[in-house]
Amino acid sequence: MAKSPILEIKDLHAKAGDKEILRGINLTIYPGEVHAIMGPNGSGKSTLSQVIAGRDLYEATKGEIIYEGEDLLELDPEERAQKGIFLAFQYPVEIPGVSNLYFLKAALNAIRKQKGEPEVDAMEFFNLVRQKMSIMEMDESLLNRAVNTGFSGGEKKRNEIFQMAVLEPRLALLDETDSGLDIDALKVVSSGVNALRSPDRAILVITHYQRLLNHIVPDFVHVLAEGRIVKSGGKELALALEESGYAGLEEFAEIAR
Amino acid sequence: MIMETVSGLSELRKRAAEQFESQGYPTTRNEEWRFTNIAPIVKAQFPVAAPVVAGPSLKDALEADPELIEAHLGRYASTADNPFVALNTAQFEDGAFVQVPANTVLPEPIDIEFKALQGRTTHPRTLIVVGPNSQVQIIERYSGAGKYFTNAVTEIVVGENSIVEHIKLNEESREAFHVATIQARLGRNANFKQHNVTLGGALVRNDINAVLSTGSEGTVNGFYFANGKQHIDNHTAIDHAEAYAASHELYKGILDGHSTAVFNGKIYVRKDAQKTDAKQTNKNLVLSENASINTKPELQILADDVRCTHGATVGQLDQEALFYLQARGINKDEARNLLIYAFARDVIERMGVERIRQYLEKALFEVLTHKSFAESA
Repeated sequence: MAKSPILEIKDLHAKAGDKEILRGINLTIYPGEVHAIMGPNGSGKSTLSQVIAGRDLYEATKGEIIYEGEDLLELDPEERAQKGIFLAFQYPVEIPGVSNLYFLKAALNAIRKQKGEPEVDAMEFFNLVRQKMSIMEMDESLLNRAVNTGFSGGEKKRNEIFQMAVLEPRLALLDETDSGLDIDALKVVSSGVNALRSPDRAILVITHYQRLLNHIVPDFVHVLAEGRIVKSGGKELALALEESGYAGLEEFAEIAR
Repeated sequence: MIMETVSGLSELRKRAAEQFESQGYPTTRNEEWRFTNIAPIVKAQFPVAAPVVAGPSLKDALEADPELIEAHLGRYASTADNPFVALNTAQFEDGAFVQVPANTVLPEPIDIEFKALQGRTTHPRTLIVVGPNSQVQIIERYSGAGKYFTNAVTEIVVGENSIVEHIKLNEESREAFHVATIQARLGRNANFKQHNVTLGGALVRNDINAVLSTGSEGTVNGFYFANGKQHIDNHTAIDHAEAYAASHELYKGILDGHSTAVFNGKIYVRKDAQKTDAKQTNKNLVLSENASINTKPELQILADDVRCTHGATVGQLDQEALFYLQARGINKDEARNLLIYAFARDVIERMGVERIRQYLEKALFEVLTHKSFAESA
């Protein structure tokens, strides 16, 4: 039986203020797939992930996003998250005064509520958290600290993937999760992501660099330029890009126009 | 009037009455009252009544040992500078008295509660005298229903090497006027913490003043949450009268609806107060376009070997943080409340009485989930 897509983006246009950033994105992702979106700075990569997650800084002016058969643009950010969309932030936000543990429990319970499940049992939650923390090689003391507050860049990124591991989303969006990581952190973060690959989950990796894709090997690679996907291919596309750089892309963008 | 039998005290009250007569009620032309117009209090003219106090009564103490009271009452809070202190001193009928002898640690906090009378002015007068090497926590709470005026004065004497924590909770009605002065005198090496929490009152003015002796440490913290048309004015004055004293001040406010607030923080460092270490912070979270805050530090430093820092912030709810919480499935209202709560928690957590912390966390939660947003919407 043919699987139905998790995510379908059709001719999506979006703007921030008066500036049009996305100019007709088409992308279909099926369960079990890992897609990578690459592109130069300013091509609209991060905007795409923010629009999918529901950030109100961006306004979708045309086109649609269908998530598991539902019109995503009609939903609030929290509804999207409750239905299984997870955005690993490029710049995780510091929230003084709210403990990581409290935050994670509130997030997990919001998702469980949507599924009609009871609130997580304290012991069960603690065991789950400990297990996922050890995968991410994180110090347990981070749990009682305020969300991302005073965390190093690497700790923040690990914390994102740790949250993802606990919340087990259907669709994970990783927005430049590799940026600013050292080699060790990159390995840990990548293996954390790989551990979540599963036949009923999809992952969209957004990155500027090919390097991350050595660790998280994608099924498909798309190249974004000037708000459009100008080229799609297999994992070999990432390698080709590494060699030629993004320099030839303007040409693609011209053709796509 | 009960005090007439005590000659020294009646003299003090007579002088205070004269001082009030000559000063009159303050107007906004007075720099100290520039942002707080007390005309509605004058206009209301609620008749004076004796306050209803639950706790150790001043009146009883005065009858039992007038000399003891007379040795302290009115010797700290100045009737010359503040007309409301003069008015209280001239007209008070009761209040609370706490005395802690030397070398005494009280294991449980002392509760003082003032319940206001509708349509009346009360002048609660509190005197707290703590001897050397002692320790005590005191909670002073003000509440009531309807329209009334509370004009409170509290004098606190912290003996040498003593530790005193004082919590003031203002839970007055939303129609009430509340003016209060807390005047503390710290002995050598004393440690004094004052937490000033304002949740209620239509028109509120607090003056929190502390005079620090050599080696003492004074902490004055405050939290205010205003919405609707509430006006909350906090004036603090830390007087580093001698050397080697430290002061820490953190005032945090949340403003919603059409509320207004004032923070004025004075720090005096006298000529001989070398090695003073003073820190003052005022942070405000403004939730509504119609709310506003006037915040002003005033530092007067006459010594040359000191460290004084101050800072004030006025900000809105962090939209990035809000989205981050929402993107993890937490509903917008809940996320908003969580951020507001986190802002306030910082100052509530500094209080040393657990049941008060719990009470305030609950009270704050109730205000957040029931009242403020309906009003500001």
